[in-house]
Amino acid sequence: MEWLANFWATYSTLVYSIGVYALVALSIWLTLACGLLSLANAAFMGIGAYVSALLSLQAGWPFWAVLVAAGLAPAFVALIIGIPTLRLSGVYLAMATLAFGEVVRIIVLNLDITGGPEGLNGIPQSTRGWHIVAILGLAIYGLARMRRSRTGRAFEAIREDEVAASLMGIHVGRHKLFAFVLGAAMAGVAGGLNAHATFFISPREYGFENAVDILTMVVFGGIGGLVGPMVGAAILTLLPELLRFLHEFRGIFNGLVLVLVVLFLPKGIWEPRRIRALFGLGPREG
Amino acid sequence: MLCIRKLGKHFGGLTVLEDVSFDVPVGGIFGLIGPNGAGKTTVFNLITGLLRPSTGTLSFEGRDLVGLAPHQVTHLGIARTFQNIRIFKEMTLLENVMVGMHDKLGYGALGPFLNSRAFRSAEAQGRERALELLSWVRLEARAEMLADNLSYGDQRKLEFARALATQPRLLLLDEPVAGMNTAEKTVLMEEIQNISQRGFGVFLIEHDMRFVMGLCDRIVVLNFGRIIAEGSPEEVRNNPEVIEAYLGREDAEETV
Repeated sequence: MEWLANFWATYSTLVYSIGVYALVALSIWLTLACGLLSLANAAFMGIGAYVSALLSLQAGWPFWAVLVAAGLAPAFVALIIGIPTLRLSGVYLAMATLAFGEVVRIIVLNLDITGGPEGLNGIPQSTRGWHIVAILGLAIYGLARMRRSRTGRAFEAIREDEVAASLMGIHVGRHKLFAFVLGAAMAGVAGGLNAHATFFISPREYGFENAVDILTMVVFGGIGGLVGPMVGAAILTLLPELLRFLHEFRGIFNGLVLVLVVLFLPKGIWEPRRIRALFGLGPREG
Repeated sequence: MLCIRKLGKHFGGLTVLEDVSFDVPVGGIFGLIGPNGAGKTTVFNLITGLLRPSTGTLSFEGRDLVGLAPHQVTHLGIARTFQNIRIFKEMTLLENVMVGMHDKLGYGALGPFLNSRAFRSAEAQGRERALELLSWVRLEARAEMLADNLSYGDQRKLEFARALATQPRLLLLDEPVAGMNTAEKTVLMEEIQNISQRGFGVFLIEHDMRFVMGLCDRIVVLNFGRIIAEGSPEEVRNNPEVIEAYLGREDAEETV
């Protein structure tokens, strides 16, 4: 038991991070499922983190209300920027959302209330393990149900062929906006959880590098289902820690693993059909 | 009735359609034919809201179509298929057809999350209906297969079933037998006749004259963006302008 306590004292932050990044990875998966290549979710996570931290520090809101605000604030921003930018597709949307992320970072960097480059210190550590588990569970349940509904089918149809989807009577723009806004809310809540787990936040954590990391988690894990993004989030959060013994070379090794996966498993690590085949089970759709 | 009046479409200085007027009845099989590049697909794209007409009006059963988005046109009861088949390849046949029922599955936004009775019964009925539509084109045995695995002719049949799932009154078919072999053509011809006999209006584009002649009740001929003939297959076949458009004119001076 003592061993477990020691382990938890050392690694609880890491375990929390896995949960938080699993949630963010699912938020990107949602937009990708609808055919949107958006790099804005790191910024939405940042908005959630800052809004919630400020409400805790300055207004003394209870934790649950802070988390609700962490979801609503980026959702509102997503609604406003989504209406003009979601007309873009593919790489153009990626560029527009990337630019948005930079705008958010620079605003946070230059405001007084956000603490500028120093970030915010002394955020109450209200996040408990069960908060993350409960919220992640809710997200998984909600997304899994959605996939089995007409909304999930509409998303998939839009991803495969937007024109054909619109001629099936699907309002393409509204579905894309819904995916974008819901993804922003999920990333925001993850940001709120993260801020209240780590004591300290700074603009660096929600910039371009983070946006790419999150996208990598999903591509690495596999976008075919809900498990892939979470597996990707877990592995890419753990990998730098596991490679600690490589010291200064671990960045290189980390990159090498990514390249190998993308080369040899283009559909990601977690591809249900391949895994079933591996265990000798018959092919099945799902 | 689909009414097309003085329809025109220009892309910059290029005139693709000019002064096109005709009516398509909801019932029977109506054909729009013409050589390649005559502007046939443009007519479909204008009707379904993928393009906006430069001039003229379009209406379906008294409702103006100009300015509507594609999904709104679908709501009014017009469905279409594409010349280059556009099914959802990574979805099963059943899912493909159920996408077409998007608006017909009436359950609230929260239904799926609460797994409400309304949600479950609507999905079950939708599934049953989708299987029925697949059986119309004889694909129900492969309902759980990925659409990508179907042969070309079967993909076209799936596209028919998916379009019918939107419960259209008029079905637009853009060159349904393009790229098909003779056997596939015969099968598809039967399927189109079946669809028509079930009470759906069919409006099809084709440049294979033989195929159209055997199928259509009435035909409009388009050439260089203008209508050059309209009438029964018999009338159109003997129209000298149509023969010229398809075969070219015999030029007396050239033979010297």
